[in-house]
Parts: sequence; C-alpha cells; structure tokens
Amino acid sequence: MSAPVTLVTSPAGSGIPNSPDHSRLGSKQHSDGGWGLVPVQVRSARFSSFEIDDFEAVTGQELEWKHSPVAKLTPLTGGELDGSPLPIEASNAAGLRIEWIDRDDQRIGRAGKPEERASANAWSSFQKALAITITGEEPVEVVVNRTALGTAPRAAHTVIVAEHHSRGIVVLQGSGEALLSENVEIVLEEGAELTVVTVQEWDDDAIHLASHFAEIGRDARLRHVVVSLGGSVVRINPSTHLSSEGGDVELFGLYFADTGQHLEQQIFVNHDAPNTKSRVNYKGALQGVGAHTVWVGDVLIRPTAAGTDSYEQNRNLLLTDGARADSVPNLEIETGDIAGAGHASASGRFDDEQLFYLQARGISEDDARRLVVRGFLSEIVQKIGSPALEARLQEAIEAELLVDVASR
Amino acid sequence: MSVLEVKDLRVSVETEQGTKEILKGVDLVVNEGEIHAIMGPNGSGKSTLAYTIAGHPKYHVEGGTITLDGENVLAMTVDARARAGLFLAMQYPVEIPGVAVTNFLRTAKTAIDGVQPSIRTWSKEVTEAMKNLRMDPSFKDRNVNEGFSGGEKKRNEILQLELLKPKFAILDETDSGLDVDALKIVSEGVNRAKANTGLGVLLITHYTRILRYITPDFVHVFVDGRIAEQGGPELADRLENEGYDRFLTESGLADATSPSQA
Ligand SMILES: Nc1ncnc2c1ncn2[C@@H]1O[C@H](COP(=O)(O)OP(=O)(O)O)[C@@H](O)[C@H]1O
Ligand SMILES: [Mg+2]
Repeated sequence: MSAPVTLVTSPAGSGIPNSPDHSRLGSKQHSDGGWGLVPVQVRSARFSSFEIDDFEAVTGQELEWKHSPVAKLTPLTGGELDGSPLPIEASNAAGLRIEWIDRDDQRIGRAGKPEERASANAWSSFQKALAITITGEEPVEVVVNRTALGTAPRAAHTVIVAEHHSRGIVVLQGSGEALLSENVEIVLEEGAELTVVTVQEWDDDAIHLASHFAEIGRDARLRHVVVSLGGSVVRINPSTHLSSEGGDVELFGLYFADTGQHLEQQIFVNHDAPNTKSRVNYKGALQGVGAHTVWVGDVLIRPTAAGTDSYEQNRNLLLTDGARADSVPNLEIETGDIAGAGHASASGRFDDEQLFYLQARGISEDDARRLVVRGFLSEIVQKIGSPALEARLQEAIEAELLVDVASR
Repeated sequence: MSVLEVKDLRVSVETEQGTKEILKGVDLVVNEGEIHAIMGPNGSGKSTLAYTIAGHPKYHVEGGTITLDGENVLAMTVDARARAGLFLAMQYPVEIPGVAVTNFLRTAKTAIDGVQPSIRTWSKEVTEAMKNLRMDPSFKDRNVNEGFSGGEKKRNEILQLELLKPKFAILDETDSGLDVDALKIVSEGVNRAKANTGLGVLLITHYTRILRYITPDFVHVFVDGRIAEQGGPELADRLENEGYDRFLTESGLADATSPSQA
C-alpha cells in the first residue's frame, strides 16, 4: 500500500446478538482492509462542543446513543444537573496532590471536549473539578471512593494529570446510589506511566454516564481499565488521543451484566502521531433476561500516524438465554504506512466441551461454570497492577458468580 | 473387587441427516486391575463408547446398561460418574482459558474426594507426579491445555489420572500423535497407576505400538459399532500382521485402514 486509504470496517449488522447454542467462542479476525469499504459516518468527523445547547435533544437515533436505553437517561441528557462537588473520600500519599479547582483553571479542557449531550450537560454544570496530580517518579496509588451520591441528577468533573516521568495508579470507585453524568480528563505528560481504573459497583437502579478523555504525551503510557459490575445503566466511554510520538495505550475492560442491566462502553483510540501503539481488550459476561452489553471500539489511524501498531478485541460470554451482547469494532485507516492494525470480536455461549471436560473430572456443573467465567474474566483483572484491588475485584466477581450462575 | 459392566449398549447421535446409530450392542466386562485394549479402525465407534461411559450429552443411549459395581452409571450426571470412580482421558483434551492447572487439579481433587487435599502432601504429590511424567514445573501455572502441544496435553491427562486415582480409566487414543519417548512416559504413568491403585483400564487405540509398553489382558476388535472379535494379547499380534481388513470384509465395510506401525 503506498497511497493513503480511508477504510471503515464494520461487521455485518450492528452487532453480534445471541449466537446460537453450542457455538464455541469462535472469533472473527482480520487485518486492515479485510472487509472493504462501508459507508458510515467516520469517527474523525464527529461533532464536539462544550455547550449542551449545541447538541440536539437525544432521540436514540444518533450513532452514539443508538444502543442505549435513552428514555431512562433523560435526566442526564436533558435535565438540570447538580454541579456541586461530589462527596468523595480519597487516600492521600507523597508524590501526589488532590484538590478542588475552579472552572477557569488551566488544567480543565486540556484533554477533552464533549461529543454527546450528557457529556456536554455535565461540562456545562459542574461547579468545581477534582484535580489529582501525580508528581513523583516513585509509583503511587490513590483511591477515590464515590459512595451514596443520591438519586438526584448530578454532574462531576475530574482532571487527572500525570506530570512528566511520574508513575501512579488512580482508582475511581463508585458504589451505592447514583444518577451521575461526568467527564474525566486524563493528561499524561512526557514519559509518564499512569494506570486509571474506574470501578462501577453501583446499586441496582443507579445510572452512570461517563466520558473519559486522555491526552497521551511523548513516550507516555496509559493503562485504562473499566470494571462495570453494578448499576441499572452504566456507560463509560474512554477516548484516547495519541498526539505525540511514542505514546502507548492499553484499554482494558470487564463487565458482568445481570438481568435488566445495561452496561455499555464506547472506546475511541485516535492515533495522531508516529510510532504510537494501542491495545484494546474488553471482556464481558452476561446473564439473565434483558442483560444487555454494548461495546463499540473505534480506532482511527490518521495520516500523521505512520508506524502505528494497533489491535482491539472484545469477547462476550452469554451465560443464559435472553441476554444480548452488541459488539461493534470499527477501524479507520488513513495511512498506508502502519506497523499493524487488527481487531477481533466474538460473542458466544458457554463452551459445552469445556463444561464436559471439567465435569468429567468430578467438578459439579455450577462449579464448572464458575471456574470458566472466572477464568474468562480474570485475564483482565490480572492486568490492573494493584494487588489489593485485583484481589478485591476477584472477590466481587466471585460474589456475582455465586448469586448469578447458581440461580441461573 | 470393582467391576465395570457394559451390556448390549446401543447409542445414537443426532446428525444433519437425522439420527445415526453408532453403537449396535456392545458387551464388555472390565474387572479391577484388568487392562482391556479396544482396537478398531477410524469411525468404528471407539470414542462414542468412551464418551457414552463418561456421559457426554451428545450421545443418546437407545438401549442397554452400564453399571459400576452394580450401580446404574447411566442415571448419573457426568460429574457423579467421575466421583464414582470413572475417568476418561480424552482424545482431544479441551483448553480452559484463564484456569491454571494447579487450581484445576486442586478443584478436581476436592470434588472427587469430597474434602480439600492436605496442602502439604498435595503439592508434593503434584510435583512428584509431574516429575515422573517429565512435565516442567512451570506447567502448574499455565492455563489448562492452553498452548500445550499434543504430547503435553496427553501427559496432562495422565497426570490427572495419577492424581485423581479413579477405579477405571478409559484412555481414548492417548497414544495417537505421541513420539516414542512420550509414548513410553505416558505408558509408564498408566502402569504406575495400575500398580498403585489397582486401576482397571479400557485402552482405546488405533495402533498396536502402545501394547508394547502396556500389556493388555484382553484385546477386543471393534468394527462398525460392535465387538467383532476378542481374545488375549496374541490377537493384537494378528492385527498387526493382518490388519483390520478381514473384519471389515466380514462386516461388509470396504474402507480398510491398517493398524500397522505409525
Ligand atoms: N456428533 C456426531 N455427529 C455425527 N456423526 C458422529 C458424531 N460423533 C460420531 N459420529 C460418527 O460416528 C462414527 C463413530 O465415530 P467415533 O466414535 O468417533 O469413532 P472412532 O473413535 O472409532 O474413530 C463415525 O462415523 C462418526 O462420523
Ligand atoms: Mg476416536
């Protein structure tokens, strides 16, 4: 390939709903260009604005809303939001600063600009932003707990800055009640190494919409992990901009949707500088009638991004009938000079042969199912890099499995 | 004295062309400590017999019985059969992503014994068994069968056989695809298990070469879903020289495959 090409690829239809019984977790894979040209709106051309009024009222027809239960989201997409600071608890440590900053602070707006109405609504509404600054080269970990946010609609804004060559892990944890729309800006300066983990363990009727925007500096590395277990509707959309040479992102996610839960994530990786690298890996388990998950993975490789190395994948395990997993990878490649680009997406039932193998060793069916799901999801947990959090999440998954798989 | 008894077993599977009868009346009695070789050409129904004894849901029992010490095996779930003392070493062991061998072994041992194995003796036992099978200790931390070579998968099956200590083991072409060194190692494992626990073995194979390392008490020739002939170890020698042709002609099947050296 010598001339630049523009390719948008998308699997047939908009997703891979309930695969037939007994299907092994087969995967579809291909490298750039495999599926040819599909005329859909390209990600590079998406509208963005800080002002809610620049966006039309949400109907559910929009590309970015078409998978979501928009009727439930009106308080966040259209209504007025309480923008006062969230009641949070945060651990402090040497090598980092945590503070509330004003709207006109220089740090705000460095990484992001809303691309949809709930995000713009939150941006227009927040009064103060929580700023977390990682300053030291010794790795630090900070945990921000957001509990019991109440049932009134709220807005929040968080700015996470990893100063040049700093290293750290920032964990945002949510539990209890919530009706929240928020923006999280993540800035990695030169050579910074940062892990951001957002854990959603909200109450059953909580609603949480989040847009994360990450700006990746030269030779900086971001690991971003989305863990969604609890909540009625949880939609976390991480968008990363690889704007400087040598930037590297790993975007991981795991979700476990029960009856009636909608868990969604729209990923955007914007390769905009030479020799940047991205890896996306999201895994989900679904269980029960009306359990719905959505994964959209947009990867854009701009003409400025020669030498890009990119791979994204999403896998879903459907544990029962009546659950639905939408999985939509999109790859836009605007340069012929890349190191690699590919994607894989697979949604399937339990592999009956795996169950048989385990049962043939005396393990009961329920225990065998648990072992398989735990194994499936633990790949992501193991990537977090915080032993305490990994152990806690393994337990949380364990708890989901005890309730869910057993009472299937 | 344990005994596994198969009587007039008839089994079918659902295919796209409809129900297909595969086993057409199989009779077999395996006593504790006995080794029965089941030899037959591809497609004769050997794996079907193995899977049916283990309880794979794909195979429908149309008639006949399977009993273990008089207990009705056909009424048991797959896991209950394993807990009752049956073990199937699979022709194609399944990969279980994300489940480490060590965790899997402990879970299986706990399920079979009904109690957790003692931490100290168990890990010693695992290490020792792996050493005997020339498995690198790093296998413990790998996911079950994931990325294992064919030979490693088969060794992993025999590892489980030695650790779980069943009464009867069905080895479905455990020898296929093994080089001679691996074949010896795997055979030693089976012989050890028999010596240690009085294991009864149903040794399913396409070839005679494993019988050099595991001496059968009985040899059954399996053709077209039935046992066509049975005898002592000398029958294997005859098969080695004559092939399956004679049986295939008798049963009216043309497609002859030879059991000669691989
Ligand atoms: N699930 C299945 N669907 C269709 N045919 C099957 C299935 N399983 C086995 N068979 C057929 O049954 C016959 C016996 O197969 P198998 O028991 O695997 O033989 P062997 O192990 O002796 O090679 C073969 O003709 C095979 O094609
Ligand atoms: Mg077979």
